[in-house]
Amino acid sequence: MTELNNNVLIDVQHLTKAFGDHVVLKDISEHINEGEKVVIIGPSGGGKSTFLRCLNLLEIPTEGTIIFDGTDITDPKTDINKVRQHMGMVFQHFNLFPNMTVRQNITWAPTKTGMMKAEEADAEATRLLTRVGLLEKEDAYPSSLSGGQKQRIAIVRALAMKPRVMLFDEPTSALDPEMVGEVLEVMKELAEEGMTMAVVTHEMGFAKEVGNRILFMADGVIMEQGTPDQIFNHPQSPRLQDFLAKVLI
Amino acid sequence: MNNLQAQFVTAFVTEDRWKAYLEGLVQKTYVITVGALAFGIVLGILVAVIRTIHDQNIGRNNWLINFLNGICQVYTTIIRGTPMLVQLMVFYFVIFSSSRAKVAISILALGINSGAYVAEIIRSGIMSIDPGQMEAGRSLGLGYTQVMRSVIIPQAIKNILPALGNEMITLFKDTSLVTVIGVTDLTKVAQTIGAKTYSYFMPMIGIALIYLLNVIVLTRLLGILERRLRRSDRT
Ligand SMILES: Nc1ncnc2c1ncn2[C@@H]1O[C@H](COP(=O)(O)OP(=O)(O)O)[C@@H](O)[C@H]1O
Ligand SMILES: [Mg+2]
Repeated sequence: MTELNNNVLIDVQHLTKAFGDHVVLKDISEHINEGEKVVIIGPSGGGKSTFLRCLNLLEIPTEGTIIFDGTDITDPKTDINKVRQHMGMVFQHFNLFPNMTVRQNITWAPTKTGMMKAEEADAEATRLLTRVGLLEKEDAYPSSLSGGQKQRIAIVRALAMKPRVMLFDEPTSALDPEMVGEVLEVMKELAEEGMTMAVVTHEMGFAKEVGNRILFMADGVIMEQGTPDQIFNHPQSPRLQDFLAKVLI
Repeated sequence: MNNLQAQFVTAFVTEDRWKAYLEGLVQKTYVITVGALAFGIVLGILVAVIRTIHDQNIGRNNWLINFLNGICQVYTTIIRGTPMLVQLMVFYFVIFSSSRAKVAISILALGINSGAYVAEIIRSGIMSIDPGQMEAGRSLGLGYTQVMRSVIIPQAIKNILPALGNEMITLFKDTSLVTVIGVTDLTKVAQTIGAKTYSYFMPMIGIALIYLLNVIVLTRLLGILERRLRRSDRT
């Protein structure tokens, strides 16, 4: 296991997000330490995705402040593109670029942002593809891949930018059951290497095994949080008990 | 039979009249079609870009984008809400009443008309791409324009090009309207020869067949282009 230090990487202060009159996140304050694996669970519509998407400003917070690595990223003067280059995101529906080969999917961002030269990016792509066992697919287009392969490529695409933190929004929810394992395996390896991770998932086994801290989100607030043992074995709030009863059958 | 043959000779052969049809087709009908399409595409891209940027940033737009978007909406509404024939006559008899540059005015009027439709073609082509594509590109730290160029447009173009082909065919047929402002396009040539020879049958049936043949060939060419695009489509 990696040891945790107490350097706060992401500090969320009084985050509120509303879509029109619909308040989806209500005054959330939370932080993620460097190296920490935070798993976010909760019922559908509770605001998990919105919370995650606020962290890299895919959603603009209505109120509140988000400090990433010492920088206030909610400040309009912050160059959000620069910030996002250090935050990887993995989506439920993969969102690979169908007009590019697997290799191009991976090298596109590092080269276009000027972070790497073409050869460097290529070498990095080769290294990452080998690691997830998909080097033979380098010239394939995403449409020819299985869901599990697509998601592993999507993870690799994000990793190619050498991010400080990885955000996962239900990375296995769109997969056939037999492909869930191969994706979780890659995520576990990543966790063991010490990557800071925020993962929204319904995979309770993964949450118990990998999570340092579990956040239970419902109705736009973090209703309860704690270690996997606290959350799964000693849930306090009726909402969490109710939720666990439904998902742990 | 002999009568038909005689009519054909009168309509197309006597005094080398076929040359007039050919000239009308190439120098007027095609020139106006291609000119108007090119102008319409430039205009359409401009309008589509403004409207797409506006729609994707609801609530976060500055006054300039809102203003330009307003103009685009008025433009689209007027063009799509009035007959093309009326638009053409307004340009020729009202706006440019002192100019006799008929072909240029035709290209302008038909191009402005076409631009409104091309804008919708491009806009819906872009809108048909999963928003997750833009989000994935932005989440990697690239700017809106860069993601548009490398990710969205290359995918949208596969929907846009075939629709633009159809727009060209529509435009090709609609050019016959320029007859009313006196452009000697294919239709006008037939009309003139019909009047001169007191026989409209052959000239009119003749150009109907010429239009049809051209449309069939253009449709075939577009079909080939479309199949090529689909073959390279890996989605
Ligand atoms: N772009 C949006 N516009 C309007 N409402 C939204 C939008 N995104 C999410 N919501 C609403 O916000 C609430 C929380 O959604 P979400 O964050 O996706 O929840 P979860 O990921 O926990 O299922 C839901 O009621 C959803 O309908
Ligand atoms: Mg969600």
